[in-house]
Amino acid sequence: MPSKQELLDLQFIDARHMLINLAAFLDRIDRHPGEEDYRLAALKTALPILSSERPDRAKAVLESFSDNSTDLPQTAPFQGATGAPLPPSP
Amino acid sequence: MKYIEPHAHMVSRTTDDYEKLALAGCEALCEPAFWAGFDRSSADGFYDYFRQLTEYEPRRAAKYGIKHYSWLCINPKEADDPGFAREVMSLIPQFLDCPTVLGIGEIGLNKNTRNELAIFEEHVQLALDRDLPILIHTPHLEDKLKGTRLILDSLASFSKLDRGKVIIDHVEEHTISHVLNAGYWAGMTLYPESKCTPNRAIDMLEIYGTERLWMNSACDWGHSDPLAVPKCALEMKRRRHTAEQIEQTIYQNPRTFLSQSPRFVV
Repeated sequence: MPSKQELLDLQFIDARHMLINLAAFLDRIDRHPGEEDYRLAALKTALPILSSERPDRAKAVLESFSDNSTDLPQTAPFQGATGAPLPPSP
Repeated sequence: MKYIEPHAHMVSRTTDDYEKLALAGCEALCEPAFWAGFDRSSADGFYDYFRQLTEYEPRRAAKYGIKHYSWLCINPKEADDPGFAREVMSLIPQFLDCPTVLGIGEIGLNKNTRNELAIFEEHVQLALDRDLPILIHTPHLEDKLKGTRLILDSLASFSKLDRGKVIIDHVEEHTISHVLNAGYWAGMTLYPESKCTPNRAIDMLEIYGTERLWMNSACDWGHSDPLAVPKCALEMKRRRHTAEQIEQTIYQNPRTFLSQSPRFVV
């Protein structure tokens, strides 16, 4: 198994690249007109998990993007998935 | 390096992809029945699709020295119309005796509806009646955790089910322990944007071990890479996994699971 130093040598630039891309995405959304929606809210909810001290951040991020409802519709209201659970209907 | 691609939708791929797979060391691949990217207008469309899976694709693969096997079902997305789904399911038994059909799959859930769940359970019963392995699709993105839980709850109601003959595919970090702890096999799908990256799949191998786990590309008509498995093997090598560990993951594990069908021979 590689050491922390060896993993940093292998993957730091890629991780840096992904983080800057995410930061630029948030800047881009701020800069453009229109309304935000539940997907950006879900992203911002997940962000603090990255800086938390826990051994399962990937799992926690995935759980935060998951639909935790318990109801079962008879048929699908729409097809496809958007990556974040729809907010409850008013 | 030899390997098995246990989940690929070659009907959506070009013959050039078969050549690339062969050059990368693919000895056998398995193709579960899936959604074509659009809803079929009649059950006849599935009849033709099942013929394509059982007759045409094995011949196309054989030209590159690759053995082609298939799994049959109506996919979860189109299963949301139960009347249509049962019409399609009535076609399946006549194909189950084809020499390259391994089992029932990829069944499962898409939007976690009661209709999908009913058809999922009818497929499980069909597999039990025929003593066939089962390949299960778990939903995408925000629907995966809920769908995985529903699938596990449903499977638990089949008291005669041999959990070692069931693989639950597309697991990620938030679902893998649910699947493995319940005694099923788990599949990790390597996609460029959704599901797993190679490094995340390798993380899961390091955390959970190599037992009852396989990796696949699930390459199809969408953003996907037919060479995802050998590329992940290369990444394993970069992360100092041994040649034995790599072969266990990309060759021995799928062979062990798939050989539960006497038709699977490599």
